[in-house]
Amino acid sequence: MTSTTHSRRDTLRGFAAAAGFLILGANRAGAVLLPGSYVPRAPFEDGAFSPFAWVEIGPGGVLIRYAAAEMGQGVSTALPQILAEELELEWESVRVAPAPLGAAFIHPRLRERDSAGSRSVRFNYEPLRRVGAAARQMLVQAAAERWDLPVETCAAEAPGRVVHPASGRSLSYADLADAAARLTPPREPRLKDPARFRLIGRSLRRKDVPAKVDGSAVFASDVRLPGLLTATSMQCPRFGGRLAALDEAPARAIPGVRAVLRFDTWFAVVADGFWPAKRGLDALTPRWEGGSDIDSAAISAKLAAAGGSGEATLETRRLGDAAAALAGSERRIEAVYEVPYLAHATMEPMSAVARVAAGGCEIWVGTQRQSVAHDYVATLLGIPRDRVTLHETYLGGGFGRRFEVDYLGQAVLIAQRMEGRPVKLIWTREEDTRQGFYRPATWNRLEGGLDTAGRPVAWTHRIAAQSLLQRIRPYALRPNGLDVAAVEGAVNHPYAIPNQRVEWSRVDLPVPVGAWRSVGSSQNAFVTECFIDELAQLAGADPYRYRRDLMTGHPRHRAVLDLAAERAGWGTPLPAGHGRGVAAAECFGGWCAQVAEVEAVPGGRIRVRRMVAVLDCGLAVNPSIVEAQVESAIVFGLSAALFGQITVAGGAVQQTNFDDHPILRIDEMPRIEVHILPSHEAPGGVGEIATPQVAPAVANAIFAATGRRIRSLPLALHGVV
Amino acid sequence: MTIDLTINGEARRLDLDPATPLLWALRDGLGLTGTKYGCGIAQCGACTVHVDGEATRSCITPIEAVAGRRVVTVEGLSSARGRAVQRAWIEAQVPQCGYCQSGQVMAAAALLAGNADPSDADIDAAMSGILCRCGTYGRIRTAIRAAAQALRG
Repeated sequence: MTSTTHSRRDTLRGFAAAAGFLILGANRAGAVLLPGSYVPRAPFEDGAFSPFAWVEIGPGGVLIRYAAAEMGQGVSTALPQILAEELELEWESVRVAPAPLGAAFIHPRLRERDSAGSRSVRFNYEPLRRVGAAARQMLVQAAAERWDLPVETCAAEAPGRVVHPASGRSLSYADLADAAARLTPPREPRLKDPARFRLIGRSLRRKDVPAKVDGSAVFASDVRLPGLLTATSMQCPRFGGRLAALDEAPARAIPGVRAVLRFDTWFAVVADGFWPAKRGLDALTPRWEGGSDIDSAAISAKLAAAGGSGEATLETRRLGDAAAALAGSERRIEAVYEVPYLAHATMEPMSAVARVAAGGCEIWVGTQRQSVAHDYVATLLGIPRDRVTLHETYLGGGFGRRFEVDYLGQAVLIAQRMEGRPVKLIWTREEDTRQGFYRPATWNRLEGGLDTAGRPVAWTHRIAAQSLLQRIRPYALRPNGLDVAAVEGAVNHPYAIPNQRVEWSRVDLPVPVGAWRSVGSSQNAFVTECFIDELAQLAGADPYRYRRDLMTGHPRHRAVLDLAAERAGWGTPLPAGHGRGVAAAECFGGWCAQVAEVEAVPGGRIRVRRMVAVLDCGLAVNPSIVEAQVESAIVFGLSAALFGQITVAGGAVQQTNFDDHPILRIDEMPRIEVHILPSHEAPGGVGEIATPQVAPAVANAIFAATGRRIRSLPLALHGVV
Repeated sequence: MTIDLTINGEARRLDLDPATPLLWALRDGLGLTGTKYGCGIAQCGACTVHVDGEATRSCITPIEAVAGRRVVTVEGLSSARGRAVQRAWIEAQVPQCGYCQSGQVMAAAALLAGNADPSDADIDAAMSGILCRCGTYGRIRTAIRAAAQALRG
């Protein structure tokens, strides 16, 4: 773990200043932050830009900082790898650490430091090359001045030296760093010719792996501090409910329990360790009041009613006249698709450490939303931001769950009441499952019409769902209220259909919703990729060929689709009872097509045998990491497709732990084959790109194997797994 | 009440409630945080340690049940077999978020202790209790096969 302290020295202009932004805290931490109530103050103060904020060169080696959360996606390797390339470093000698929260490290297009949307490499590739190139030029200039030679006769070369080839002289970066840092950075750094890349494009070893193999990697749950107390908490299981009464005595009677703390909607037990804290929590019988009493059936009915009536629906894509084309089409089909709420279920339950003392606060947390976390804590305590120190730890999984700051707020409020002692909050798995911000459940109605040749001439899609941007990024809502995240994957399918209408009906429900790996595409691609399969079926066409022919003007879609079909042996004979299904989707600047192969086994069940994926993510900075992310996204998608669901009864989540909320185990794993399309295009997204295709590919394969068309998830509901 | 046991080769005395799960004795009592909490009900395997060489879910194992026994955690995995597993894990670049990996490594080392040449089915049987939300299962299989091969020489 490395500490990052926000201080004046660290705040350097460079990546541009953050503009004011509005954030909404979950109100889970208490009554302090209510939706819409919080506007942060001015951005971080400016300073002079220096690439040496990113690179620290000393006699012991080079440290490169990365401005993203390492949650398994490999940014602590891929981002420094980009910079190290331009700086002509040897990879083995590079150390890495999270960057502090200065303005120097906040991307101008993002305005806040976060790790989401598969953006880290996609957005930072060019800026980090410029940082590395600037540092390299300054080091070369420093050497030229030292030698009193023309700068163009000197050059940087691996491993981290400046040389004067004509005389054979050379100086190490360590000898030059101080002088280089005093020079003015070049306005337009000269980037390396990609043909000379030595590091970018290679499967360099991850910097975080050794510590994750010997147990020394520090997650927030692992932070140890003198005088540390441990807390666990419970919030009203009913959405929106409050704590009415709590008899603290049973918990206080347990040895090791130090305090029982009551808040508006939750309580916490603080103890000498997690075990007494949990025993204390289990000993209590809180009385809750108010809140929702909704259940899953009522939620489905509300979504269906809103989608069916079309009241207050917002049009998000219109091409031609879909209604007229549908009416005039030769053959028509209509279908309703539904997907459930999904939990993130990170392996590390929510956790954070806080110490509130002497008018300041220190936090140790794994977060996908660093700027907001920092700001949130300052606001929660009513203290200046420069009194809040953020120590970033590894994240035991993110997937969008650690884009929220609710658990951090709880840790801070608990620590505030423990008189300067540091407190580590660890949620139980049960609390983690019940108190999520879930991938929204959606209801979808689609209509398609074919002409006499079987070509689609009309496509309509109406989505009924909650808005997730309304809470997490309201400024990103369109002026008419359209949630663009909710329609990703529905508005950008690649099929050339002359008449299209896509609409979204917002439904307000008490279930907290948030960003879940690949966000809108995760549910919408299931719907669109299954429905295009239905159109192919209606047309009597091969589902791969049908898609391919409609991908006019989408060469990257078509290329991944073609290669996936080829690698999967599309069209070649399969054993009886087997079937193949295909799906393709673009998500966050990456294109992926997948072919699933399933086998119908006795008892009406199916087994997923093989998944073939082809990804076009532009230039793959680190192919091994990219491949791992595709495998990861497929496993994540399989868990969701096969078993994933959060259901609600009496206004509360019904699932609690991995016994009633299963995720994929190793013995349920199909063979996964990943192919990365070679590309010289700019790097695109990676981490979330390959989740959306999984469920539709598998559902379409089930249709191919059994003739059964499944239109709702998870597949377990249909008795096939 | 005190409980004596051996942890990573050292004799240790724990002065804790005897019902305390071994997981929390290790993490909070001894500062051995490599062993992780994931579920508390032996469903995820993140807490896997060796007790007398057997892969054991420490989250449901009270310390009174391990009195006088030998406990090895990921921090103390110093056998040739353990080292071979860790090397194979690095070679195959298995971890992503890494939170489950101590449990994976410990389960793999225990598997290889009893089975020098595990089949895919053996690997599935030994590893199916250890969940990985990042989906590193494919590389786990690769690493276990590589470690087995390295140990067989």
